[in-house]
Amino acid sequence: MKLHLKIWRQKNAETTGKLVDYTVEDVNPHMSFLEMLDHLNEKLILADDEPVEFDHDCREGICGQCGIMINGIAHGPLKNTTTCQLHMREFKDGDKIFIEPFQTAVFSVRKDLKVDRSAFDRIISAGGFVSVNTGQAPEANTTRITHDTTEAAFDSAACIGCGACVATCKNGSAVLFTAAKISQLAQLPQGREERTLRVFNMVKQMDEEGFGNCSNTEACQIECPQNISVLNIARMNYEYNRARILRK
Amino acid sequence: MNTLTRKIIMCLTGLFLCFFLIIHFLGNLQLFLPAEEAQKSFNAYSHFLSGNPFIKIISYGLYACIIAHALDALYITIQNKKSGGAFKHDKRDRASKWYTRNMGILGFVILLFLVLHFQNFWYYYKFGSLSLDQSGNKDLYTLVVISFQQWWIVLIYVLSMLALFYHLVHGVHSATRTLGVFHPKYVRWIQKTGVLYAVVICLGFALMPIYIYFTY
Repeated sequence: MKLHLKIWRQKNAETTGKLVDYTVEDVNPHMSFLEMLDHLNEKLILADDEPVEFDHDCREGICGQCGIMINGIAHGPLKNTTTCQLHMREFKDGDKIFIEPFQTAVFSVRKDLKVDRSAFDRIISAGGFVSVNTGQAPEANTTRITHDTTEAAFDSAACIGCGACVATCKNGSAVLFTAAKISQLAQLPQGREERTLRVFNMVKQMDEEGFGNCSNTEACQIECPQNISVLNIARMNYEYNRARILRK
Repeated sequence: MNTLTRKIIMCLTGLFLCFFLIIHFLGNLQLFLPAEEAQKSFNAYSHFLSGNPFIKIISYGLYACIIAHALDALYITIQNKKSGGAFKHDKRDRASKWYTRNMGILGFVILLFLVLHFQNFWYYYKFGSLSLDQSGNKDLYTLVVISFQQWWIVLIYVLSMLALFYHLVHGVHSATRTLGVFHPKYVRWIQKTGVLYAVVICLGFALMPIYIYFTY
């Protein structure tokens, strides 16, 4: 396959970037999208050019590191797939592909296709955890949880924090991410102890980072590689309203 | 004020306006009565509403809700324009419906319609010199009939109801999400009820000027 790429090149966070044209030949349809970029980078390095930088880690769709706007869609045309799990067989010989970073008001570009998603980490630090005393591990069956409950909590916990929801949202809102983390813990007895403080602190942090407001277009779920349900947002709202009413 | 507080203001003011629409709709159904009967009962109803102190308090609440809903929406929309990503090649719209993305524009159309609507009837009723009907009530009914003899007013009203329809379909759904209804079964039912509500209200309101245009 021969592909015509238009890739966002940006030297660093201080400068502004632009789309640069590249043509890659010998692209194997079995390559993943990231392998195709590796292939391009090898050629660039051999030509003494600077390679295109992009985030990646596990390359098996579970770490949430990779994330690029491909032809104007987060993680590309295939639904419920991360960029690393998107393969070149989804494209045709001679295709023109736009490749841009997940750039929003909060996710600033650090270099080329890499964006700063540390705002997500700060939202987690604000309350996305369960406080425990260190010491002996508790007996495993002390807290009984039904299989359905653990599965439902795991559906929320499946969020990999890639940021596709923020990039997809016309408002650059991080509500789906924050809601998934809040719901995951709200559904489990261990998480319920700190539910009031958690929802206040995480929503506060989300606002302070400068993310937009949710307008329930539900595009985030459609483009989420993990298909995280927008009902998590409803649950977060429930948690917040509950906390607001019960606050002393 | 945090994002969820802003959302709950949108939600509660919006739901109050939705409730008002039901009352307004039920009252206006009198326009479908035979002409003479409609004139008598519609004018008596308007007279009852304008003289009632309880209705007066509700109406102030209503104006406050419209203003709060519009101002909050303006703030949220401006904020969202700043925080959203902008891409050179953008196909993000494949994942959502156009009316969910353009509630601000739909709302603005409805606001413009409200200005016209208030000028058409409320202003004349309150400050204009309307003739009296046989029962001695201000003859608002005749004003309604005369207004809806003009095709362009009918057209504006019908198009505005279309904008209201899309605004309500997303608005009711969005409001229940903000309230925190997360049970999938009820979310499905509420969504269906919301669409039904929007169809009945908007189709009903749109048929009023059309009915009058074609029957007089």
